[in-house]
Amino acid sequence: MLLDTAIAALVAGGAILGFAQSKDAAGSPMDHLHHSHYVEFAKVPETARSRMNPLVNDPDALLAGRKLFEQHCAECHGDTAAGGRRAPSLRAEEVQQATPGTLFWILTNGVVRQGMPVWSKLPEPQRWQIVTFLKSLTPSPPAAPAVVFDHAH
Amino acid sequence: MICDDSPEAHKENWGSRHALNNLLFTRSAPLMLLLIAFLVRSASAQESPYIVTYDHYLEEPGNLEVEYFSNFGTQRGGNDFHAYWLELEYGATAWWTTELYLDGQTTFNDSTIFTGFRWENRINPFRREHFVNPVLYMEYEQISEADKIMKEVEGHDVEADHADPNAIARQGHNHEVEFKLLLSKTFKGWNVAVNQLATKNLLPSDPWEFGYAIGVSRPLALKASANRCNFCPENFIAGIELFGGLGDTQDFGLHQTSHYLAPAAAWNLPSGWALRLSPGFGLNDNSHRLLLRWGLSREFSGFGEMVTNLFEGRR
Repeated sequence: MLLDTAIAALVAGGAILGFAQSKDAAGSPMDHLHHSHYVEFAKVPETARSRMNPLVNDPDALLAGRKLFEQHCAECHGDTAAGGRRAPSLRAEEVQQATPGTLFWILTNGVVRQGMPVWSKLPEPQRWQIVTFLKSLTPSPPAAPAVVFDHAH
Repeated sequence: MICDDSPEAHKENWGSRHALNNLLFTRSAPLMLLLIAFLVRSASAQESPYIVTYDHYLEEPGNLEVEYFSNFGTQRGGNDFHAYWLELEYGATAWWTTELYLDGQTTFNDSTIFTGFRWENRINPFRREHFVNPVLYMEYEQISEADKIMKEVEGHDVEADHADPNAIARQGHNHEVEFKLLLSKTFKGWNVAVNQLATKNLLPSDPWEFGYAIGVSRPLALKASANRCNFCPENFIAGIELFGGLGDTQDFGLHQTSHYLAPAAAWNLPSGWALRLSPGFGLNDNSHRLLLRWGLSREFSGFGEMVTNLFEGRR
């Protein structure tokens, strides 16, 4: 009986949560998702924006940052950081023109209401290593919106 | 149809139902893990070493973390036990994590039984990091009194509660709601987390019970190394937990409560697996002398999308 209840709760929970997730993902067009993420840059406090990357001259920072990006960021932002279904491109002009301090602040605080979690659980030097990697990327225009196959249309 | 309502028949039905539940629980957990592993991609986690304490970090949205934990406990006045639980932790959004627990235990020289389930939710009410980060925790649990996973210690929980044989202990059932305020801060690599808990059995006569958990942890290295490696110091996080009961509304305080100090370590592998180990030591005569806990977990990304596609018929 208990297990029956648990399995029923799991299935019902999965359905509800899956629906909630789908509303988040499909309810807003991709370009709007991207735009709303970049708008967050304007909310970064001036003191945070002007922080310098202490690892900018660290020869290992770039490779370490790439490794951390692959481990923690690529699943949403794409393997090449050009954007994915769930998160915007990090090669976009808005990101590449942002100061290291701005990227560090976004990484630390997340964009929680837009789906990006806080990453302060990574120690501060690791977050700067990721910033080093992001600033090394070749800029490119934001990725085209992913095609979502929809039976209704 | 003849319905036998005799106590013997009821006991027999109860026993066979539990035997079936135990079988399903022990067999279904590894199968579920395998199924998920085939369907979705693994994600690299950065798990804290805590087993009782919660920090303020939630599951990444859309990710599912499958966790198995064990709790071996010594028992004075009864048989030692090995309790275990399966956790399915899902990041519904970046500010809401929901989790299902399935609990079981083996008491040596006694029996193996399924002891119940818990459904937990953690909500971060704020949009960004603060000096101290609060997370609200709500849980409903339906467990028998034979449950020994000791995911939290509350009220007047003491070692003697676990001395009864399973056949007697599992006849008592708890339907409880539990609320926690999780406070956590990470500074220069050090995480400090403080949890206060209040639990209420849904029987009106039972009082509110209270407890606490405090944890401190830090990675062995703050900078990541340039190479992908299993044994890099940044993959290891060491910490310590202190947790125990604080009585109830009728008798608040440390009288007749148990408390534990538990060093803890986590090893986060680049493949997405995480291992945790924590020996806990009882701090007073009401506590188990030793609780040895260990856990294995793996995080899978894109589980939410997989479920969405399943229900919407997408590939």
